[in-house]
Amino acid sequence: MAKITFITKDQETIVAEADSGSVMELAVAHNVKGIDADCGGVCSCATCHVHVAADYMDKLEAAGEIEKDMLEFADNASDFSRLSCQMKITEAMDGMVLNVAN
Amino acid sequence: MKKSALPDPFEKARLEKGFGEVEDQEDPVIMVLRHKDVRKCAHNWKTFQSGAAPGRIVVPSEVNIRDTRQIPFELDPPLHREYRDLMEDWFRRPLQAPYQAQLSAQISAAIEEVLTKDSVEVVGDFSLPLQSRALTLLLNIPFEEAEKWIAWGTHVFRSEESALDGDKANILYDYIDQEIDKAIEHPGEDLYSVLLASEAQGRKLTKEEVKGTMILTFAGGRDTVINAVTNSIAYFAEHPESLNRLRSEPEIIARAVEELIRYFAPLTHMGRVATEDAQVCEHAVKADSRISLCWASANRDAAVFENPNEVVLDRKINPHLGFGFSHHKCLGATHARQILKTLLHVLIEKVESIDIQDSVENIENWGEFNRKVGFDQLQVKFNALK
Repeated sequence: MAKITFITKDQETIVAEADSGSVMELAVAHNVKGIDADCGGVCSCATCHVHVAADYMDKLEAAGEIEKDMLEFADNASDFSRLSCQMKITEAMDGMVLNVAN
Repeated sequence: MKKSALPDPFEKARLEKGFGEVEDQEDPVIMVLRHKDVRKCAHNWKTFQSGAAPGRIVVPSEVNIRDTRQIPFELDPPLHREYRDLMEDWFRRPLQAPYQAQLSAQISAAIEEVLTKDSVEVVGDFSLPLQSRALTLLLNIPFEEAEKWIAWGTHVFRSEESALDGDKANILYDYIDQEIDKAIEHPGEDLYSVLLASEAQGRKLTKEEVKGTMILTFAGGRDTVINAVTNSIAYFAEHPESLNRLRSEPEIIARAVEELIRYFAPLTHMGRVATEDAQVCEHAVKADSRISLCWASANRDAAVFENPNEVVLDRKINPHLGFGFSHHKCLGATHARQILKTLLHVLIEKVESIDIQDSVENIENWGEFNRKVGFDQLQVKFNALK
C-alpha cells in the first residue's frame, strides 16, 4: 500500500492510498483538482501533469520517450514533471508528495 | 481495401521531406507532416500565430467570407488564455452525470429508430441529427432547436458547387446574430447568455466576441463529429469482432475512442501564419505566409505509433493529435469524447451487427494529397441484438 499526497494549485492537500493502478486513476478517484485526465490515460492529453518531490524522483521508473515528448511542450514543465497516467503505483511511492502542475 | 479504411496519403512525403504544399486562393500553405514537427509548431505561437486576419488560419481560407474573429481559436497568448479560461468550465459540463444521462437517452433513441428500418443513410439521417441534438446539450438550449440545424444540411460552409459558400455561411451568421439578440432580451442559462455576462480585458464581452465564440462552437463541431460518428459506424460494420470485443471488455471503451479519433483524424489540418522568416524541415517559410499542422499525417507517423494504419482498439500509449495540440487543443473535445463513448456503449447494448449496402467516399484534395476523410453517403442496415 502506498500513501500519496497531492497538493493542488490552490494549495488543497489530498492524501490517498492504493496498491495498484496508476497515480492518475488514484487522483481522479479522489477528485484532485487539476488532474483532468481527458484521454483516460493513453498519454495523449497531458492533463494529468504533476511535479514529483525531489527525493522521490529516483524511486520512480523513468519516463518513457513518449511521455518525455509530451512533457517537453507541457505548461509548467520542470525536471520534476511526470504524467501521472504513466506512473504505476508501487510500494516505493509510499509517502510521496506530488504537486499538481496546472 | 475495406470500405471503412482511411488510407494515409501523406506517408511518402512525410518520410522523404516532412512537408507538403497546397495552393489555396493565392495564399499557399506548407503542410507540416511529422508528429514532432506538428507539435513543435503548434506550441510555438510566437512564430506561428493564430491571431492573423479572421479566417486566414483555416484551410481553405475563409478570409473572403468572414470578418468575425473566432474566439478563442483565432487569438494568441496571453489574450487567448483570458478568453479560454472563461469557457473551460462550460465545455467540461459533458463530464456531469445529468448531461451524460441526456446524451445517452438521445443516442439510445437514435439507435432504436434506425433499428426499425431496412436501410439508413448514416451521414444525413443518423450522424447529422445525432450531432445536432447533442449540440443542444452543449449550448443548454431546448432540444427542438436541433431541427433547424438539421435542416441546414451536413456542411455549414460548403455546398454542392463550392468548397466555400458565402451564402451558406451567412445562414449560420444571421441565425447566431438573432439568437444573441434574443439572449440579450431574455437572458437564460444557455451558452449565449453565459458569454454575454462574461468579462475579459476588464469589460463585458462584445456581441461580436460572443458571435465569434458561437460560430466556432457550431462550425468546429459539425463536420468533425459527423465524420467521426459516420466513420465509427462504417468501422464497426466491417469489424464485428471489434464490436464483440467491446461487448466483453467495455472497460476499454475510453481507449477505443482515443484510437478511433487517432485513426479518423476528423479534422485533417489547421493553419497558422508565420510572424517571421522561419523553417520547417529545412524548408523556408517566409514571414506572413501560411503553414498547416497536419493532424491526420502526424497520427500515422510510424516514428510514434506502431502499426499506424491499423485500428488497435486498446492502444495503450496513444499521443494522437486528433484534437489538436497545445493551448489551442479542441475546446469541444470533452463533448466529442462523450458522444463517441456513449455511441459505443449504446451500440454494444443494442446492435448485433451492421451491414454496409452502399457508400460514396468523401475525398479532400490538398495539392499532391487526396485524403479520404469519411463519406458523403453511407447506406447501411442496423441489425438488433437479440
